[in-house]
Amino acid sequence: VIADLMVHGALMLYAIGFMMGLATIFTWVERKQSAVMSDRIGANRCYIRVPFTNVKFVAMGLFHAMADGGKLLLKENFTPRAYDRLCYDLAPWLAAVPVLVVFAIVPFGGTLTLDGRSYALQVARLDAGILVALAVLGIGSLGTILAGWSSNNKFSLMGAARAASQMISYEVAMGFAVLSMVVTYGTLDLGEMVRWQSQSAWGIFVQPLAFLLFVTTCIAENKRVPFDLPECESELVAGYFTEYTSMKMGLFMLSEFLGIVLVSALTVTLFLGGYDMPGLGRAGLPAWAEAALQVGIFSLKTFLVGCFMIQVRWTLPRFRYDQLMAFGWKFLLPLAALNLCATVLIHGLAAS
Amino acid sequence: MTGRTTRKRYWNEPAMGLWERVYILEVVRGLWITGRVFFGNMGKWITGRKGAVTTYYPEETRADYSPNNRGRHVLTQRANGEVQCVSCNLCATACPAYCIEIVSKADFTDPVHPKAPERFEIDYSRCIFCGFCVEACPEDAIRMVKEVPQLPEFDRGVMWAKIDLLKTWHPLADPRKHYPPGREP
Repeated sequence: VIADLMVHGALMLYAIGFMMGLATIFTWVERKQSAVMSDRIGANRCYIRVPFTNVKFVAMGLFHAMADGGKLLLKENFTPRAYDRLCYDLAPWLAAVPVLVVFAIVPFGGTLTLDGRSYALQVARLDAGILVALAVLGIGSLGTILAGWSSNNKFSLMGAARAASQMISYEVAMGFAVLSMVVTYGTLDLGEMVRWQSQSAWGIFVQPLAFLLFVTTCIAENKRVPFDLPECESELVAGYFTEYTSMKMGLFMLSEFLGIVLVSALTVTLFLGGYDMPGLGRAGLPAWAEAALQVGIFSLKTFLVGCFMIQVRWTLPRFRYDQLMAFGWKFLLPLAALNLCATVLIHGLAAS
Repeated sequence: MTGRTTRKRYWNEPAMGLWERVYILEVVRGLWITGRVFFGNMGKWITGRKGAVTTYYPEETRADYSPNNRGRHVLTQRANGEVQCVSCNLCATACPAYCIEIVSKADFTDPVHPKAPERFEIDYSRCIFCGFCVEACPEDAIRMVKEVPQLPEFDRGVMWAKIDLLKTWHPLADPRKHYPPGREP
């Protein structure tokens, strides 16, 4: 029992470390990638100097994330004059924590065998896996809405209203895309889905349309450009977190990057074969090496999908609001519904 | 109660063809463009070349400064080696950024130029390089040379943008200053 607890504790620590570390790296990737793709150099001035020498470690600007964190921690904790104390303080946590929680159900590796006991490399193995993900992700938007409402600011309120309507309109299409994958795999458990994919084909080849829909709606869920209407700085100062300062604002920023990591992980799990790499099972590696390799493959895939999302973010301009709504309801939703219907029909015909 | 408001039609309304209307194709095209630039630049960085058009400022300055760029200020000098400035404060008056500060001293051995600057400071953290001081000077005592002042520092403590021009004073470096033969200082 003690060994079980220790292994599970280690898995939890790994999950949190994975999310936080990758989110921190993504702040750097976003800066550097946007710089490289627009012929710039990017943030590279932060350094760590070896004491008493003039040797500086720049690490291509990787320390800027640390400097940001330190700066945000030391900033004044400013609050607006009249605000809802409880909601105001609760909102950043509601935005960041659900994202971390959802990662618990994502399998980041195959099975690890220790002393004859095998553990799934996953914090929580839930039979209702993907449903839990959708449910808990919905709470994340509640944080956004609370933040906008409680900070007693018209810009924030506007951002919150936009966030709410955007969440509703895009979560439906997202749910349909996920449902068609559930029908395809015949299971709700994410681990089972990955096993299905490693046995037959990756989800992106089975359901390319669902992949596109899922990625699009994921970007919308994350409130990233081109769907960043809730926080568009050209219209609404900073949207729903206008009135937030110091680490509360930092938590919102962090939740955005955690969101990238999470939706990348979900995309990888649902569509890109999760921790699976074709031919890995036949390589005849020892079990521990295979598990470690699978964890590495999962991280790499997640990183690459996140990079793709950042590329999209720096490529596309922001939607106008009516375009956003029209795109969600008139284009994505019917497409997702059609995809779901077609999937169900094909599976029903194949089964009968 | 108007049911449907008509949007204003602009004379240059963008005409979108089928390609643009199917948004995803345009997304793919945009990603192709940015991805091409990204991977091109990354290839340059990885092979040790520079993949950016911006300059890495204090370490490298841009090569294409204008041949008559107005950069750092210098003070000119008279044939006898004295500074040409008579500390009339016209440059400081003309300066829109209020960055020139002159402390004058009196020297009655030269009856033509009894006033001279003791300190002539320009605060480069405020200077906007407009050249009004050069235009205002009645004595042609202040000029701007091509090179830019090397101000940036990595350390806040070392940074000191107030520069006494009299201390960095070498007007002979200015090739446009013409001294008659035999009268060089």
